[in-house]
Amino acid sequence: MKRRDFFKSAALAGLAAAFSPKAFGLTSTSKSLAVQSEPDMVAVMGGEPAAMLTRALKELGGIGHYVKKGNKVVIKPNIGWDRKPELAANTNPELIGTLVRLCKSAGASEVIVFDHTCHDWIKSYANSGIQAAVTAAGGKMVPGNDESYYREVDLPRGVNLKKAKIHQAIIDCDVWFNVPVLKHHGGAKNSISMKNLMGIVWDRGVFHRNDLHQCIADTATYHKSPALNIVDAYRIMKSNGPQGKSESDVVMLKSLIISPDFVAADTASMKLFSQVQPTDITDVRHIALAEKLKVGTQSIEKLNVKRIKMN
Amino acid sequence: MKFLKNIRIVLSILFFLPILVFFLDFTGKLPLVLHQFLKIQWIPALLSLNFVVIGILLTLSILFGRIYCSTICPLGVFQDVIEWKSKLFRKKKKKNRFKFSKPQNILRYSILGAIILLFVFGSSFLVILLDPYSTFGRIVSQLFRPLLIWVNNGFAWSLNSMGNYSLYKVEQIAFIPIAFIIAIIFFFSIAALAVKNGRLYCNTICPVGTFLGILSKVSVFRIAFEELNCNRCGSCEKNCKSQCIDSNTMSVDDSRCVTCFNCLSACKRGGIKYEIRYKKPNANHTQTPVDNSRRTFILISGAVVGSMIMAKANNLNSKKDSILSRKPIMPPGAQNINHFNAHCTGCQLCVTKCPMQVLKPASLQYGISGITQPHLVFSTHIFCTYDCNICSSVCPTDALKPVAMEQKKLTQIGVAKLRIDMCEVITHETDCGACSEHCPTQAVHMIPYKNGLTKPEVTEDLCIGCGGCESICPVRPYQAIYVEGSEIQTKAKKPEEAKKFDKVIDDFGF
Repeated sequence: MKRRDFFKSAALAGLAAAFSPKAFGLTSTSKSLAVQSEPDMVAVMGGEPAAMLTRALKELGGIGHYVKKGNKVVIKPNIGWDRKPELAANTNPELIGTLVRLCKSAGASEVIVFDHTCHDWIKSYANSGIQAAVTAAGGKMVPGNDESYYREVDLPRGVNLKKAKIHQAIIDCDVWFNVPVLKHHGGAKNSISMKNLMGIVWDRGVFHRNDLHQCIADTATYHKSPALNIVDAYRIMKSNGPQGKSESDVVMLKSLIISPDFVAADTASMKLFSQVQPTDITDVRHIALAEKLKVGTQSIEKLNVKRIKMN
Repeated sequence: MKFLKNIRIVLSILFFLPILVFFLDFTGKLPLVLHQFLKIQWIPALLSLNFVVIGILLTLSILFGRIYCSTICPLGVFQDVIEWKSKLFRKKKKKNRFKFSKPQNILRYSILGAIILLFVFGSSFLVILLDPYSTFGRIVSQLFRPLLIWVNNGFAWSLNSMGNYSLYKVEQIAFIPIAFIIAIIFFFSIAALAVKNGRLYCNTICPVGTFLGILSKVSVFRIAFEELNCNRCGSCEKNCKSQCIDSNTMSVDDSRCVTCFNCLSACKRGGIKYEIRYKKPNANHTQTPVDNSRRTFILISGAVVGSMIMAKANNLNSKKDSILSRKPIMPPGAQNINHFNAHCTGCQLCVTKCPMQVLKPASLQYGISGITQPHLVFSTHIFCTYDCNICSSVCPTDALKPVAMEQKKLTQIGVAKLRIDMCEVITHETDCGACSEHCPTQAVHMIPYKNGLTKPEVTEDLCIGCGGCESICPVRPYQAIYVEGSEIQTKAKKPEEAKKFDKVIDDFGF
């Protein structure tokens, strides 16, 4: 009997090793094992937003790897502008809706979506299509238009910005996702995942008065970093950003870049962007400044990058 | 004939509530067509030369007397509500408390004359100040709306802290002392008069009331005594909030009667009735108004001289920064400053409907005659939304002509003035670009400066004066870019579209 038992357990162990642990929804004890096999970055091209997101998350171990049962989840898209989805001024609503649905399916107790908008927040939430997508998926839109929603946090690693008022939804959540759209930007040159952080803070005038790029990099040192930066490049805005003037500013790239690393995500996005509009990454100074603050790395060639083309 | 009073009450509620709610609504959820209710107001109809409405109102007045005052005018109904509710606070809770009083003819005809003369000579100062509908608008928007927002924010705060976001905080309207003081003065004096003397305000100060009073002297229907039935008990007189019934002489001053029909309901014997004037001749005792031309002349001269002095005083602003002495920025659809100043009554409707709250009542920016007329005031995140033309579509007086959305996006209400030597990029040699970021037409765009930095530049033809740049410019207290108002609103050039990118990208590039 002993020998039989041994074979049984050996077979079970083999099975367990063959199937990745997260397939069984196993929890953090097996996490360290899983991390090694997962890529540092996933880039997908050629699909619809929902399909690309689902595919990319599968590579990363599934949504359950980031969202646990009962978690309070926050999703921070770019909803800065009163613009329709076709103008690519805001994150793709289908992408946000899908992410909300996935979080809910992983057992999230609530999924909150907000942005500190530049245009009238009510119109921006509505006309971006994001409010409808989030509500339909069972998420909750929360306003970011009033200072009382923000609380001060310390940024000990910051250079120019030592403190910032951050939206309480981010401070109080268990896990959050940063979901920017890839855009040209008149001020910061490009708006990707770190620039998107300006939507979680209250006072942005301070940024513009104290070296915009340094302040953006400083914000990225906030200790509660997002589980993933999900860069929406389904449609990108190649010129006249961040608002755009017309659909001529928009290029359909049908791409998605995901990484927990701010700097890596932005570096990769810049390379994708530069194929459309050649841009010197050193002009987007906050990327290098953030690397200097050890927020992440620009050397994506050293990372385990998974590239997927869907057709 | 007691049913007449009930009809009057029902009608006045039907006219009053939509206007009140429309002014109070801060969510922007009410349909904008409600503003049609405001087009049937006398002064807006006159200013916008809405002949259909003028015709209807004239016909109504000539037929029935001043039913505009008793049912359509929101300020009139507002006084009735105050008078009715004042029972709760008055010491003597008796119902029959009014007494006949003599008309204030000198005052009322002088005011009417002064308004007309001033208006003919190009100043709408008194029209703005005394139009009853606009007075009501100012009272509601300056006093009641802020209270409501305050209450909403209290509830929102407690709900939000429990994780419920069904209510949200709304930015309180900006406090503009002059507008607030005007609203306060009118509110308290009208309320006090309403409690004490019923419709004395309507019969003395209100120019519309005085004008309709002249018409109602010859109206087809009128209130009159039925001498056979009347026992001079005085019940009608005591219930007359216009204080225009003299039961001793059995006469009714038609010019002051607002046809509220309270007297008909008060009289138990049918001693007073609503009847056709012209069936029996010589039944009415009209009073000849006092000859007041000299007094009117003096009053008007005084008003004209006074307003000239104050307009001059306004020009003597200290000129510390050019931003402080800039020309006011009118809402889109104002066309030109003369048209706008002459037609706007400062009712505050556009101010309350502006989703960005960039419209604020003016103090002396337009001079004395433009107090409370709206102008644009930019502050952080507060500027004129590109895809919005609400103000021009709700204006009841045609001071703002309707502007279609595509037209609005090209209406130059002002022009951005860049003071490059104050700009963050120049003074600190860092990237900023907040102005260009907020520019919907890219009239403000970034051009190469040095060391990879870019600095802003303005193409004035493209600028529509929305103020996005000024609102967000981090240079304070006086921004490095600001909008100078246009006295004549012209058409901006249509922004050129970017070159389309039509190559196919099928590589990640990394």
